[in-house]
Amino acid sequence: MTATAFPAATDRPEPVPIRRPTVGARISRLVLPVFTGVAVLYLFLPIAVMIAFSFNDPAGRQNITWQGFTLRNYVDLWGRPDITGPMVNSLIVAVVATLISTTLGTLIGMALTRYEFKGRTGLNLLIFIPMATPEIIMGASLLSLFVSAGVQRDLTTIVIAHVMFNISYVVVTVRARIAGFNRALEEAAMDLGANEWTTFRKVTFPLIFPGILAAALLAFALSIDDYVITLFVAGRSITFPLWVFGVSRLGVPPEVNVLGTLIFVVALVFIAVQIWSQRRAIVARPEPGT
Amino acid sequence: MPRHWRWLVPYLFLIPGGLWLLAFFVVPMLVMASVSLQTGSLGTGYALTWNFGVYPEMIGAWAPQFERSLWYSIVVTALTLAVGYPMAYTIAFRGGRYKSILLLLVILPFFTAYIIRTLSWKLILADNGFVLGNLKDIGFLDDGFRIIATPIAVISGLTYNFLPFMVLPLYVALEKIDPKLVEAATDLYASRLQAFLRVTLPLSMPGVFAGSLLTFIPAVGDFINSEILGSRDTTMIGQIIQRLFLNNNAYPEAAALGFMLMAAVLALVFIYARFVGADELTR
Repeated sequence: MTATAFPAATDRPEPVPIRRPTVGARISRLVLPVFTGVAVLYLFLPIAVMIAFSFNDPAGRQNITWQGFTLRNYVDLWGRPDITGPMVNSLIVAVVATLISTTLGTLIGMALTRYEFKGRTGLNLLIFIPMATPEIIMGASLLSLFVSAGVQRDLTTIVIAHVMFNISYVVVTVRARIAGFNRALEEAAMDLGANEWTTFRKVTFPLIFPGILAAALLAFALSIDDYVITLFVAGRSITFPLWVFGVSRLGVPPEVNVLGTLIFVVALVFIAVQIWSQRRAIVARPEPGT
Repeated sequence: MPRHWRWLVPYLFLIPGGLWLLAFFVVPMLVMASVSLQTGSLGTGYALTWNFGVYPEMIGAWAPQFERSLWYSIVVTALTLAVGYPMAYTIAFRGGRYKSILLLLVILPFFTAYIIRTLSWKLILADNGFVLGNLKDIGFLDDGFRIIATPIAVISGLTYNFLPFMVLPLYVALEKIDPKLVEAATDLYASRLQAFLRVTLPLSMPGVFAGSLLTFIPAVGDFINSEILGSRDTTMIGQIIQRLFLNNNAYPEAAALGFMLMAAVLALVFIYARFVGADELTR
């Protein structure tokens, strides 16, 4: 009787069992995030140690064991001409090299993305190979050139070298930005009567500017951090990385940790401002990138 | 600008930068090749004598350092891949809305100078530093135990310094993969492992190759890690080139070594280009 009231159980489709993840499966899902977390901590370990030991009060030159907390290392830093000289050199080189390489690299990036021309493959190769060359070889070959040509090595030769290795990175960064560029916006401006220069100034440049800015930041970071190539082309000039290497021959003095910490904090502030301004840009533009 | 001059515009754009690269990248390479074939001394001057003998001579003299650099770099590439792949995979597929923050965390340590990061490792690994010193004090480690000045120290330093170069291209490649493809594989009764091996891994290969290249090339020429963390027994070819050039003023010998390193690296890059297609490289 019940069999007629309710269709036989076998006629109904099997109820799909809700599979609850077993304890083992749940643990195995945690493996990757935990591994990644540990790896990120590993990346920060030397930074944490650098910051901690910038507050250390070492007995001698060896700043390797914790002796006690002090702010003296920070206070002592002011008015040390042996440090400010290399810092100023590094800043001059980085700013000049960034300006030149960003200009030259952006122009190449525009040529590559917006025009058809003969020799594109060769140009691509010319941009790619410096990125695939160990720094020591670029340094050594530039030194060969400067020695053979009898060129005096100073800040100028450092700038020449930095512009050289920065150009490729600028081209790659700017090109990525221009590749996603909507040409219809320029055509619209031209249709509305703008000439080429006005179109560039009012439409093209503002749209590719974030890419140019990113490229300039990258160039600046590469330039201010470079040790290997600079060593070869510096002559008697000393930049910040050369100074750090020089004073750390026997033991790492706390000044190095202090300067490393200060640079890290400046970079953090810079990134925070960058993120904040991006957030604002997204809020101001309700429908981003169509 | 008149219409028939238009074809000139791209050349105007690329000539300044292109000339800079020609003058300060290509020409120096040729000069270095020429210097390697010269004989003479700093006092008497150098003359091009086509002295090809310097090449076998340099290989004979520095083969162990050359080999060591290659081995270290292969091990370093394998280690960064082993650590970097799970990281990139987790960020790309499980990162959710924390993706960009996680990526930022991977790059952030690299806003301190390369040299200072490496010096920081010297501090951490020091024989009687706060790590090994304390472990020795409690008797966990033998007094003679050391990491600094061993190949392990140099390889860990290199691995640390180049890890982000591996993670970023891997992330870019993994991020592009449509999760629906993996779903399709599991719907067709592939196990999670099979889906990974047959779908995700092959699709991420461009990232594996790019990351390996970005790690291997700077590692093979690096001399900072071995200089700061190593000893005489870990000397790499970069250190030899640097010493011959800057300390010994042995220009032809150093140039020959540099040229051979460049040739080895370029050969590797072109084998790689064959493997993945040249478009991938110059894109």
